Amino acid sequence: MHELAVTESILEIATRHAQQANAARVTDIYLVIGQLSSIVDDSVQFYWDTMAENTLCQGAQLHFKRIQARMRCQECQGEFELASQLEPCPACGSFRLMVAAGDEFYMESIEVENAPEVI
Amino acid sequence: MTVNRVQVVENIMNANDQVAQINRQTLDKAGAFSINLMASPGAGKTSFILKTIEAMQPEYKIGVVEGDTAPVTIDADKITAAGMPAVQINTGGECHLDAMMLKAGLQQLPLPEIDLLIVENVGNLICPAAFNLGTHINLLVASIPEGDDKPYKYPNIYRGLEVLIINKTDLLPYIDFRMEYFRQGVEMLNPGLTTFAVSCKTGEGIDVWANWLRSRMAAPRQV
Repeated sequence: MHELAVTESILEIATRHAQQANAARVTDIYLVIGQLSSIVDDSVQFYWDTMAENTLCQGAQLHFKRIQARMRCQECQGEFELASQLEPCPACGSFRLMVAAGDEFYMESIEVENAPEVI
Repeated sequence: MTVNRVQVVENIMNANDQVAQINRQTLDKAGAFSINLMASPGAGKTSFILKTIEAMQPEYKIGVVEGDTAPVTIDADKITAAGMPAVQINTGGECHLDAMMLKAGLQQLPLPEIDLLIVENVGNLICPAAFNLGTHINLLVASIPEGDDKPYKYPNIYRGLEVLIINKTDLLPYIDFRMEYFRQGVEMLNPGLTTFAVSCKTGEGIDVWANWLRSRMAAPRQV
């Protein structure tokens, strides 16, 4: 339920980078979200539609790229993809696991329209 | 009109994390060790803080930041009654404390006088886990009546912990709580997590926790 704060942050980051690029408007925003990040896409989208109004990001499409969680076993050093939330290492049965991938939450890139340069 | 792709690669929580870093510097400069205390509603956060204050007196001056979603000062009043400085942060309905809110709270406390600052987060097992506050350690108070399946249902909050408190052990005879099952879930999420079983009702286990805390506070701090 903290998607409101998260959406504000997405707007701030996208707007700042768009301004630095002298963009006229932002058309697309590419987000990378690990499976273990407790972020609900629909909820972010819901806030986004209202929040982006009358900004450089109005109408920008949000793209969510989900990253599969991978765990590294501390015993046998093997890596495996997490099917559910909690499961032991399939190779050796150990519970001593570390997150190798899947806790990401960042903005990868944005697509912007630049106003034509004045000649 | 031309379309360009602009590389960003910036963490969404970046703004929060930057303020968290400022909080850490403020706390370190004042020499205050700090705990981000998280739990579900009713786990016994405030009781645990009061027991900790009792156990750490008189050597340590303890300050408390109370995060609440509603403007009630029930918790803050209990701390003040125990003779310790407390400040209440009303999150205005928000489900968690963030670094900015804590920054505002820190400004209202006599930090240089405080040895240990306990930040009582909003009662919630999901959102507080996502917001770094800049405190030295993350601590979760779990409690027996909540059930033994909580690590399986709320894995994220267990992953970021340095200390786990299992509260209300006095209720173990009355509740179907499989300690082994609970601990196995914790072990999968946070191998070797430092854990203390306590009862804030009877005081059992509080001294062991307080001893650990004293040595942790004396240890060199990670920046």
